[in-house]
Amino acid sequence: MNKQITTIQGLCAPMMMDDIDTDIIIPAQHLTQTSKSGYGQHAFARLKQADPDFVLNQNKYQKAKVLITGDNFGCGSSREHAVWAIQELGFQAIIAPSFADIFSNNARKNGLVLIEQPVTLCQQWAQQAKDHEFQITIDLVTAKIQAGNEAYLFDINPFFQHCLTHGHSELDYLLSQQVAITRHQQAAINQQLFIDFTGAPQ
Amino acid sequence: MKQNIVEKIWQQHVVQHESGFPDVLRIDFALLHEVTSAQAFAMIEEQGLSIQNPKQFLATIDHSIPTRQNRHEIYDQTAKQQIELLRNNCQKHGITLCDLDSQHQGIVHVVGPELGITQPGMTLVCGDSHTATHGAFGTLAFGIGTSTLAHVFAAGAILMKRPKVMRVHFTGQLPANCYAKDMIMYLIAQIGIGGATGHVIEYTGEAIQVLSMEQRMTLCNMSIECGAIAGLIAPDQTTFDYIKNRPYAPKGAQWQTATDFWKSLHSDVACDYDQTVELDISLLQPQVSWGTNPEQTIGINQVIPTGKINFNESLDYVKLTTAQPLAGLPVDWAFVGSCTNGRIEDLRVVAQILDGHQIAEHVTMYIVPGSEQVMQQAQAEGLDQIFTTAGAEFRMPGCSMCLGMNDDKVPAGSRCISSTNRNFIGRQGTGSITHLASPATVAYSALAGFITSEYQNTYTQKEAS
Repeated sequence: MNKQITTIQGLCAPMMMDDIDTDIIIPAQHLTQTSKSGYGQHAFARLKQADPDFVLNQNKYQKAKVLITGDNFGCGSSREHAVWAIQELGFQAIIAPSFADIFSNNARKNGLVLIEQPVTLCQQWAQQAKDHEFQITIDLVTAKIQAGNEAYLFDINPFFQHCLTHGHSELDYLLSQQVAITRHQQAAINQQLFIDFTGAPQ
Repeated sequence: MKQNIVEKIWQQHVVQHESGFPDVLRIDFALLHEVTSAQAFAMIEEQGLSIQNPKQFLATIDHSIPTRQNRHEIYDQTAKQQIELLRNNCQKHGITLCDLDSQHQGIVHVVGPELGITQPGMTLVCGDSHTATHGAFGTLAFGIGTSTLAHVFAAGAILMKRPKVMRVHFTGQLPANCYAKDMIMYLIAQIGIGGATGHVIEYTGEAIQVLSMEQRMTLCNMSIECGAIAGLIAPDQTTFDYIKNRPYAPKGAQWQTATDFWKSLHSDVACDYDQTVELDISLLQPQVSWGTNPEQTIGINQVIPTGKINFNESLDYVKLTTAQPLAGLPVDWAFVGSCTNGRIEDLRVVAQILDGHQIAEHVTMYIVPGSEQVMQQAQAEGLDQIFTTAGAEFRMPGCSMCLGMNDDKVPAGSRCISSTNRNFIGRQGTGSITHLASPATVAYSALAGFITSEYQNTYTQKEAS
């Protein structure tokens, strides 16, 4: 079982840059750790050091739960540490025009909600989050964001939505298919799969 | 129904397809390294699960090790523990590990093909975004996160939405001073760092067919840098010749059955793609990156363009300005290696350029073989002698200076011309500045002391003996 999440309500933090890569989110030098925690303190370290006014250095965003950011967020490496680091900062959702594929997959496995919205809306919300305390409510059951008096629908994969709102894990679903998977594997040997496992180095 | 190669491989691996659900995709092999596997082992252990088929996995140590001679001594205690943990995990779960004393230790994407693990039509995954390297063999190979690796451990399959397919068709012949590295960097510059997000790329065209396997690996390796899930090339005789007689390759009568099957793995004539990109490379120049992501790349005779908002931040970081040329820009470091360009052919190209010359006095050059096998081959051919005579350091196999997570780092403020795959801020070490290029351009630049793709008059000629 995973944690069940039906709504996310909280403050937005604006980070309107395109192509924020995983080396920015968590630099490789911190990846020698073998746990899933301890990465938050190093998250976005290079941006934090470079600019005292960087969004995550500002007191008013310390309790933010939603990150509003630019296009192609999470591009680069496959490090799931990037997701763990962002979650450790207290973020439960990220809103951006688009996300990189591996980052999206990793986020989903950890219950970090990624929502795509048009770039103009992201910019508008980022501006509001800069100007004043900007709170939104994300309803995962109805796939709707409430921002002030306005409501916005978003796309969410129905399977992921089900897993999130019921607290089910993807792995449980996969394991329920185990018989079919094993049968499929066996049928592939010497038909489609020709690896000689005896060749493994000793 | 006409199908492209990706659709064929996908269909052969789909265990379960149900509307509203991601597909259950059978995974044939997974490669592991020390950085992204520890938590996956812990995840299955916490849930009381075991590894379904340990033979389907192979582990190596590459990212966090030093590349100096006495690399068994790891000074970074956290890295040392991470490596110890991989050893323990592999032993506990019966997974083959190419450890530091193995003949097959090396960068995961160099080792897999070398051992003949990477075969056409397979699905192959690794907790590493450069897994698309294996697509050179017509393998559907892609990077996954640690949780997904735990799924492969426990189930031998993953959940995934069927990707879209982009055809990238190269027309024209590759000019003599250009390599696969220049082709892929050019593509990334054209379609952008997110240009192929959601897609698997099939690379086609005569210019692809004439590439060696090693060049094809370089090309596929950087597919992720334009956002692609994977990139692949339909297998042909070049592919089969490379695989034959390698340890994991099919033997005896199996070889014929295998090649017969592999020959069916090509896109049908007039099949559909979700997107097609055509690139003429007949006038291609050697490519060099100027900014802080691989999209920010130009031909060596071009000047830095004006562009998107992010350009200014990138320019500040790399201490350059618009309209400035890259040719002639002084470099402090030169690096040849990585899963992109750390194979024997890369080292041969570099050796040929360095032979009989000295690298510039102010340049430090590391040449790091991608694997033990590459290192031994280089030594057998005397390439190591050429490197050291030219003033470069020939080091032990590993990821080295590609990602700044071991002892090999470019110092803050230093500028490095590098045969690697990413020029992200701080990628090669905090404050480092990276210019990506082919191994040939790296070698010429190391000699000259500034960015160039040809011999210059300013470097010191070795005295005739």
